Amino acid sequence: MKIFVCLKQVPDTETKIKILPDQSGIDPAGIKWVMNPYDEHAVEEAVKFREKNPSAQVWAISMGPKARVVESLRTALAMGADEAIVINSVENADALTTARALSSVISSESGAHLIFAGKLSIDSNQSSVPQMVAEFLNIPHTSVVSKFEAHSENINVERDSDGGAKEIVQMLTPALIAANKGLNMPRYASLPGIMKAKKKVIKEIEFSSLGILPTEQKIKYTSYALPQEKAAVKLLTGDSSAQATELMKLLRDEAKVL
Amino acid sequence: MAKILVFSEFQNNNLKRSSQELLQFAKKSGAESVIGFSLGSQAGTSAIQMAHHGATEIHISKSPDFDAYNPELFATAVSEAIQKTGATIILASVSALAKDLFPRIAAKLLCGIVSDGVEIQISGNDVKVKKPLYAGKCFATAVFENSNVKIVLMRANQMPVEPADSANSAEITEHHFTKPNLKTIIKEIVKGTSEKLDLTEANIIISGGRGLKEAGNFKMLHDLADVLGATVGATRAVVDAGWVSHSMQVGQTGKTVAPSLYIAVGLSGAIQHLAGMSGSKVIVAINNDPSAAIFQKATYGIVGDAFEIIPKLTEEFKKAMHG
Ligand SMILES: Cc1cc2nc3c(=O)[nH]c(=O)nc-3n(C[C@H](O)[C@H](O)[C@H](O)COP(=O)(O)OP(=O)(O)OC[C@H]3O[C@@H](n4cnc5c(N)ncnc54)[C@H](O)[C@@H]3O)c2cc1C
Ligand SMILES: Nc1ncnc2c1ncn2[C@@H]1O[C@H](COP(=O)(O)O)[C@@H](O)[C@H]1O
Repeated sequence: MKIFVCLKQVPDTETKIKILPDQSGIDPAGIKWVMNPYDEHAVEEAVKFREKNPSAQVWAISMGPKARVVESLRTALAMGADEAIVINSVENADALTTARALSSVISSESGAHLIFAGKLSIDSNQSSVPQMVAEFLNIPHTSVVSKFEAHSENINVERDSDGGAKEIVQMLTPALIAANKGLNMPRYASLPGIMKAKKKVIKEIEFSSLGILPTEQKIKYTSYALPQEKAAVKLLTGDSSAQATELMKLLRDEAKVL
Repeated sequence: MAKILVFSEFQNNNLKRSSQELLQFAKKSGAESVIGFSLGSQAGTSAIQMAHHGATEIHISKSPDFDAYNPELFATAVSEAIQKTGATIILASVSALAKDLFPRIAAKLLCGIVSDGVEIQISGNDVKVKKPLYAGKCFATAVFENSNVKIVLMRANQMPVEPADSANSAEITEHHFTKPNLKTIIKEIVKGTSEKLDLTEANIIISGGRGLKEAGNFKMLHDLADVLGATVGATRAVVDAGWVSHSMQVGQTGKTVAPSLYIAVGLSGAIQHLAGMSGSKVIVAINNDPSAAIFQKATYGIVGDAFEIIPKLTEEFKKAMHG
């Protein structure tokens, strides 16, 4: 019984982003890469499942430039994943192409009983790849999951919806679950885990070997730019009553947002 | 010229502001037709509101099957609607539902999707969308290639809305969509505690951080929010401390919001918090530390004690709004 975890490597949240002079992308120099935070929850849930179901095997899979992406796969192995696969590709494949590649590799590895992913990658802010993988594999999915319970034929999950609402959902397996933050507390890698992960052979697949046509890439990003500098803050003076009156006036008459 | 389909949502039988925005925008973009599309009982009773905001044709299914969101059911229905109506540009607001649904549709139709747009340009069949990347640390323009159908999910509150024009009418076509063999069952929907607009749609947000000292003090923000018709948000620090629920968290690992007015109270402005709210039009910072990072992003700032200022503001707004 194979459990797949899709994980993406993203710039660390503290990393400063610089734009290339021709605005074709971000400057890769000096970026610290980490596992997408939601994907840590996905790895954790998969490993927890394996701990309860010893016949399960956790496969971590990631697509991106091999040289850096393997680092995050090693982190997943150190957290307890059994095997890892890297799909070596260029930067900036779009969601559809990424999902095509992931689903095609998962199928050729004889399919999955469960697939865990993150609800969103913090660099692209798309929330797209998991749903697309599920569609390509013709399996059900639930995203933004904060609770997961497995039974023999089906699984029960809770999905966080708008306004604090929760949807209690049952899915037949195989199924895909995209994790929200509340799902669990990701473990730290143990020292033996790190040692084991170092020795593990990560299976490599070339994106170009998957037969995905260039026309399947549908979205291209251009004109990268930094956000416009905001004008300096206007600090309000006087005692708190004066400040309150002034703020109300500014919001109503200057900013016109009331 | 393109046929634009606007996936519209209702709340308490009212067309959501975010859907009004997109219908009005589609109308102005010079589309061949603006298709107002909606699913569920509320579409049955309130569909005509879509015409009041610019729809030139209305397509719905009022089947109560659509009253609870089931991804497989919705994905089949909306894909069929896109094919039947011949729409080539699909617009929706980034609600919890749309964000989950449309990528699945894009995979069914093998077309491109851009989520989280903050600016959109349509000319003929060409669509360009500006969106934040790397948690708002930069922006890029997304363009479509080899994509007959183009799906764009826009953040709410990016465009102005004009009042409804009830003189506008449109023909309503009802559809019966294929019901796929479902592998997903929605067992139950547990309503949120808040009847207010979700953070992602709110036009005014008041967020509190650790400076509020304890959970009970959030009441102060709720009082102000009631006066302003605002929704209350929070930082991760206070969510982790268990003061408020995770659904209220704004930021990189919480919600991304873009209201007209964001009032930040007793929060420092950590980079991960800014990632979720720096797209707000006007930001007010209230903090007793003049060196707090939030002041660098703010339009207006008050250096002072939140416990003193917030009650004064509530009083002041009460007078101004209701007096
Ligand atoms: C991977 C990752 C993801 C994260 N995601 C998020 C996220 O999504 N959202 C998020 O918010 N954070 C996130 N964080 C956490 C973030 O780094 C900060 O720790 C957090 O935002 C700080 O919350 P705060 O501003 O409430 O608290 P603090 O930083 O402690 O700030 C409290 C502020 O209150 C002020 N204050 C104190 N007393 C008063 C008073 N009486 N009146 C007025 N002001 C007062 C202080 O001057 C201070 O500036 C994330 C961190 C990591 C590492
Ligand atoms: N290149 C990738 N390789 C593996 N998994 C990915 C990749 N991109 C996205 N994912 C998965 O899809 C989730 C959502 O990403 P996104 O659709 O980019 O917001 C991530 O949290 C990952 O689980």
